[in-house]
This record gives sequence, structure tokens and C-alpha cells, in this order.
Amino acid sequence: MGQLHDVSPELKTDSSTILTVSNLSVKLQQETILDNISFKVGRGTTVAIVGPNGAGKTTLLKVLLGLVPHIGEIKFEGKVRIGYVPQQFSVPDIPITVSEFLSLKSKTDFEDSLHSVGLDAKNILHKRMNVISGGEMQRVLIAWAIVDKPDILLFDEPTTNVDIGSEEIIYETLNKLEKALGMTILLISHDMHVVTHYSDYVLALNKSVIFYGDPKKLSDPLLLKKIYGTEALAKHEH
Amino acid sequence: MNEIFTLSVILAMFVGLSAGYIGSLIVLKRMALVGDALSHVALPGLALGILFNFNPFLGAFAFLFASAILTWYVERVVRLPVESVVGVLFVTALALGILIIPQEDLLEALFGDIAKITTFGAVLAIVASVVVIYVMKVTYSKLVLATISEELAVSRGVNVAKVNLVYLLLVSIVVAIGVSVVGTLLVGALVVIPAVAAKIISPNISKYALLSSIFGLISASVGVILASYTGLPAGPMAIFSGLTIFVACLVARSTIAK
Repeated sequence: MGQLHDVSPELKTDSSTILTVSNLSVKLQQETILDNISFKVGRGTTVAIVGPNGAGKTTLLKVLLGLVPHIGEIKFEGKVRIGYVPQQFSVPDIPITVSEFLSLKSKTDFEDSLHSVGLDAKNILHKRMNVISGGEMQRVLIAWAIVDKPDILLFDEPTTNVDIGSEEIIYETLNKLEKALGMTILLISHDMHVVTHYSDYVLALNKSVIFYGDPKKLSDPLLLKKIYGTEALAKHEH
Repeated sequence: MNEIFTLSVILAMFVGLSAGYIGSLIVLKRMALVGDALSHVALPGLALGILFNFNPFLGAFAFLFASAILTWYVERVVRLPVESVVGVLFVTALALGILIIPQEDLLEALFGDIAKITTFGAVLAIVASVVVIYVMKVTYSKLVLATISEELAVSRGVNVAKVNLVYLLLVSIVVAIGVSVVGTLLVGALVVIPAVAAKIISPNISKYALLSSIFGLISASVGVILASYTGLPAGPMAIFSGLTIFVACLVARSTIAK
């Protein structure tokens, strides 16, 4: 497994590192969710996290948020602001409008962030959160995450429920944010097109780190087999 | 008599306002029955106040305060839902209260008697209401966010455990002062009914919080006024006032829907 680690030279330079995870393990109810994982993330890079269901991808993001107890060390360089878009999200029966929801994050003007995810502020701001569509909800959440231009964005399958056109807009926006503002993005995705086109590095997990390096190497069937297992590879090849 | 009446109405207005405000979050958090169960904890505290001749409000608050912290701790450490913890702990408190409270005082403790409020007790309750309203105003957005999503709240930098503890303490204060107006059995309704009514007709959260507070104020103060004219207990009158507002809101919404 060790020889598959392909940590780029940039990541070895501590001055550019924004996040260092060392020997991180998570056990929930006697079950190992993450097993002794270590990796570094360079400032201003996009890291795609891939792996089969149950690999611990979502747990990893929750650990980084401080929501899940763990052993090992998580070190952010300096004081960082974190933006987060969860995988599953529904607003319970609460009479809150999109405008009020975004105000919970920031009092600044959020028209720009709505526009950058392809939403028209005039049409959506006054709507209640529990009546907008799943795709609109996902884009509102992304607008929420980027409104105050955080240092790190944690995205758990951010375009679930979003149509293909809007998905392109969102990833292009993330790309621009990464380039223009030097944001660091950790992105969980099952979409290999997204992983290879929009990420600088890929972190393949299956409870432990299977691979960390160039996303283009995901075209290697042996690596895919190692990440997803024989059965998944067979399906992928068809 | 007029002074007591005026004092009672002013007290009811403040208690109703804070109960309605805090109730708006109890309903959003789906903790409506928690407020009701929490009120039972006040009973042993009231009993001790009556037995040892100190202000029953302080006794009730001490028990509620300790229970709120215990609930918060058990929920965090044992990871049980709040309603489960409350269900176990607070029914026990009710049983304890019934055992130790003198029989002749039981009715007053259960249903309240605002006419017996002292000036000191009223001022204390009004000051407590103002504190609750202020702290709620300051923490409301964090509490709403934590209610919508704990994960988003944490990513926003909100200390969810801390704001939840503050909220439980505020609920304890409101229940303790509400007991003096409507008694332990009905204080839960004073907290919940205005919020449920407001939720029916509110287009957004700011109007919801405002309407819930106003409905609470109207319910409690109209209840006290009606009680003084009819000679009936203030507690049930306050609850029926709230119920009238609730029905009016239902009618208003169904009329608008047509």
C-alpha cells in the first residue's frame, strides 16, 4: 500500500501546508471507521476524496469539523475559517426564508454568492427553505458555504440532486474561487469526471489511505481495483 | 387590591412575553413535551420553599437549574435524546414533589395563584424575564442554526453544546417564573401554545418569533384580567386565551388558503 502513496513535492513543503492529519483513527461503537490515516493538504489546492460506500469519507470531513471523537492529530495552520456543505440536508418544518438562512452565516451581501451558483437572488431570497427544490437547496448550501470566502471548503458530494448544467456552473465556480482567492477545497465525489477535471490531488480512502496523489492515476485499473475492490472494478470496466 | 391587580398584570405580561419567545424555539426543536415535563421538576423546589418558608420561586428555579444541567450532561455523555432523559428524570421529580409538598398547598403549586405574589417575587420574576429576553435575542440566530443543522452550526463556529446549555437554563428560568402565574401543570402550555399559533401564520422566522412573543404576552395578561373579573383561576384562563388565539390563527390560515 505504501508504494502507492504519491505525495507531491509541494505537499512536503510545510510553508504551503494548511492542514496536516497525523495517525487519525475513528472508532464508533467498536467499529473502525478510519484507521491510522495521515496526509497533508497544500494551501489553495483542491483534494478530491474518493472511495467506496462506508470508506469513512464523510466521517473524515466530520472529524475535521470537530463533530466526531477521534485519536490522532489534526492541525490547521493558523486560524482558518471552514465552509461546509453536507451530503444530506433537509430543513425541518421551520418557517425560515433563504434570506434569513443565509443571514445566519453572514450579514454581508450574498447576492454574488447566489449568482455564482446560478441562482437569481430576487427569485429565491424570499422563498421558504422547506419549499425550494432539492437542487436549489444544494446550491443555496454552496452559496452559504462560500459567502464569507472561507479558507477551507469541505464539500460532501456537493452536487447531489443538482442538474448537469448547474453542476458544471458550480464546479467552474469552485475552480475560480480556488484560483482567485486561494481557497483550499476538500471534495467528496463519486464522479470521476469531476475528480479528474477539478481536483489537484485525489485521496483514496477505504478506512485507511489507499492512494494520495495525481488524479490521473485513477485511470489505472489496478489502483481502482485496490480502492473499490474486484466487484466494483468489474462493473466499472463494463 | 388594585395594586396587586396591576402588579399581577404587569408580571403576566413579562412572563407571557418571555414564555412566548422561548417557546418559539421549543416548538422548532420539537421539544414541546420537554417544556411540559420540565415544569414538573419545579414541584419539589416549590415544596421545599413552602416547607422551609423561603421564596418558592427560588426553590423551583434551583431544581430546574440543576435538572437542566443534568439533562444537558446526560444528553452529551450518554447520547440519549433530550425527551428520553427528561421523561425519566422529571416524572421522578413530580413523584418526589407530590410526596413532600403539604397537601393543603398542593393545589396552589399545581395550578398557581398569582394573587398571592409578593412585590419582591414579582420584581424578581420581571427582572428574570428581561434577562431571558435579552439572552434569547443575543443567541437566537445561533440556536436556530443549531436547530437546523448541528454540522452547519459547528462549521460557522457555534459552540453547539454551550448554546444548548444556555437555552436549557433560559427554559428553566421561564418555567420557574411561569409557575407563579399558571402553576406547574399549565406552564408548559403557556410556553407552547403561543408558538404553535404563531407558526401557523408566520411567513418567516423573524415574524414567527415576534408573533409568538406577542401571543404569549396577550395570553398571560388576558388570562389574569379575565381571572380577576370572573373569580376563576388565572392559569386556566391564560391557557384558554392562548387557545383562542390558536383557533383564530387556524381560521385565518384556512381563510387565506381559500
